[in-house]
Amino acid sequence: MAQISTSTPTPVNSTNSHKPIIEIRNFDFAYGDSQALFNVNMDIKEKEVTAFIGPSGCGKSTFLRCFNRMNDLIDIARIKAGEIKISGVNIYDEEVDVIELRKHVGMVFQKSNPFPKSIYENIAYGLRIQGIKNKNTIDQVVEECLRSAALWDEVKDRLNESALGMSGGQQQRLCIARALAVRPKILLMDEPCSALDPIATAKVEELIHELKKEYTIIIVTHSMQQAARVSDRTAFFYLGKLIEFGNTDQIFMNPKDPQTEAYVSGRFG
Amino acid sequence: MPANPTQHPFSKRPSRRRQVESIVTIFFRLTTYLIILSAGYIFANIVYNGSKAVFTTQAPFINIDFLTQKPQTLHVYEPREVYTEIEATKVEILKLKTQRRELGSNDKSTAKTLSTSIEALESKVDALDVERKAGRLMYSDSEYRELDSTPSETNFVYNNYAYSGGGIGPAIIGTCLLVAGSISIALTLGVLCAVYLSEYSRPGRTLQLIRLSILNLSGVPSIVFGLFGFGMFVLFFGWGVSMLAGWLTLAIMALPVIITASEESMRAIPKGFREGSLALGASKWTTIRTNVLPYALPGILTSSIMGIARVAGETAPIMFTAAFALRDQLPWEGLAKPTDFFFQGVMALPYHIYVVSSKIPQNEYTRNMQYGAAFVFLFIVGFFALSSIILRVKIRKKYSW
Repeated sequence: MAQISTSTPTPVNSTNSHKPIIEIRNFDFAYGDSQALFNVNMDIKEKEVTAFIGPSGCGKSTFLRCFNRMNDLIDIARIKAGEIKISGVNIYDEEVDVIELRKHVGMVFQKSNPFPKSIYENIAYGLRIQGIKNKNTIDQVVEECLRSAALWDEVKDRLNESALGMSGGQQQRLCIARALAVRPKILLMDEPCSALDPIATAKVEELIHELKKEYTIIIVTHSMQQAARVSDRTAFFYLGKLIEFGNTDQIFMNPKDPQTEAYVSGRFG
Repeated sequence: MPANPTQHPFSKRPSRRRQVESIVTIFFRLTTYLIILSAGYIFANIVYNGSKAVFTTQAPFINIDFLTQKPQTLHVYEPREVYTEIEATKVEILKLKTQRRELGSNDKSTAKTLSTSIEALESKVDALDVERKAGRLMYSDSEYRELDSTPSETNFVYNNYAYSGGGIGPAIIGTCLLVAGSISIALTLGVLCAVYLSEYSRPGRTLQLIRLSILNLSGVPSIVFGLFGFGMFVLFFGWGVSMLAGWLTLAIMALPVIITASEESMRAIPKGFREGSLALGASKWTTIRTNVLPYALPGILTSSIMGIARVAGETAPIMFTAAFALRDQLPWEGLAKPTDFFFQGVMALPYHIYVVSSKIPQNEYTRNMQYGAAFVFLFIVGFFALSSIILRVKIRKKYSW
């Protein structure tokens, strides 16, 4: 019987114990004619968990997908102004290779999408497309990732079985392991627990807690309680604008902006 | 309203609506059964008549000669006495029938006696026919040439029938070659086009135009394809009547079906596979190659079955572009250089059936050949379709999602 996670995130000093790894300046983003994000300015520090909260349609998923340029898949989506710098490089620059960017910034989707291959092949996929063929290397990475995702003990006997035979929570953890296989520095998670039951959710949250020692994690979540449990810093979005950004404790217990206070206390959303 | 224990608000009452419902149901059912019966009858007819040519009574139970030899002239020697007797009896029957017709409707008893004598004569003809079939000698060209001496004219009546002897071997080989080549070309081109349409193209006027063109292509009559192939490949490119011209013409015919079905099967793959793969740092083509195409393969193979069905049975496209009525050599014989293989014409089953059915006089011998060819043809098309289905099942198991 899994324990519901009760750990609170360690309080983070506002002075730079961690450097910013993502810098967003004056960022405007639009789908065709309708603008989705207005003048977003923030710094995301490395090896921390940052949560984006806000009501539906406020632009948090759009913003998340900007970090690994997944919005490029949508024809009408375009950046109108501003820049996003990851490790000092503006990722919307023409010189940037999107494929390398996506290896650097991994993503876990809301609806878990394991490939209909075996569990082993799912994780090996990221390596194979880079041309890595050495079986020992792949074996090692698969085991490492499954251990990091707290899935190794459950699946080590059935690595060659189809990934679709796992439960929802296991599938989501597999997707996390798969994203870790390519060694990203930043992990983006778009509402990873929205389709999971509480026990699976608890496991994933524990996992996030472990992972933040090595990876920078940005998580979009609809559940304020999850943001409060899991994140170090929280950003509140509303209708495409960043309303408030600060330490999680401060946002939830002492919000500065009245809109933040209204949302956090449940008066709307 | 008096409360009758058996009459409650929901009880069934005979009403017009229920009558109409049951009539309509019966009507739908009858129509379906009619269609199934007709199809069954056609198949049964071909199988029954064709088996006479294809199967033999002794081991190995299949008429290998029929399946491997070239079409040859059939030389038939029928026993003269029986032959003349049958002819005389037939003349007799004809006379009596004319008599009966001229009698009119008055003389019932004479008509009846005439009918009985006609029947007696007809059964005599049937008996004589059996004797004739037992006593006749049939030789195909090759056997005929090997005879030391032809049977004497006094004992036998000689007739020969073109295309009724030998077999349909080269036609089978030609059809298989034509189908295999054209489907390979059509699948390659079609899948490439389907990948472009479903993965790379942007919605807009151009895409609509492309789709409209493909749809129109599927509505073009096959004879127009034949003329196109003739003008383009045979005359303009100067290939002459050749297998390559036939392949390309048939491939164009199969393309619309393959493109539409393949594209549908690629669209059915969930977006999540593509997104997940791209998020791991795969390029677009790698994503399609490893995460989309393998799962679309069963659908693509189904489209190939539909393509085969469209292509294998067509006579008009190959009539001018690839088919010969009679060819002495098999496709791999008599080639001056290897590339000549593609530039020679071949015999083909649908064209052969056409030739045997319409270009020569009809009799029991040609009927044998026609039905035999039709039976083998059905079998070959069924075989191609079956192998495609089996391949599809195997791939579905391997790449199920």
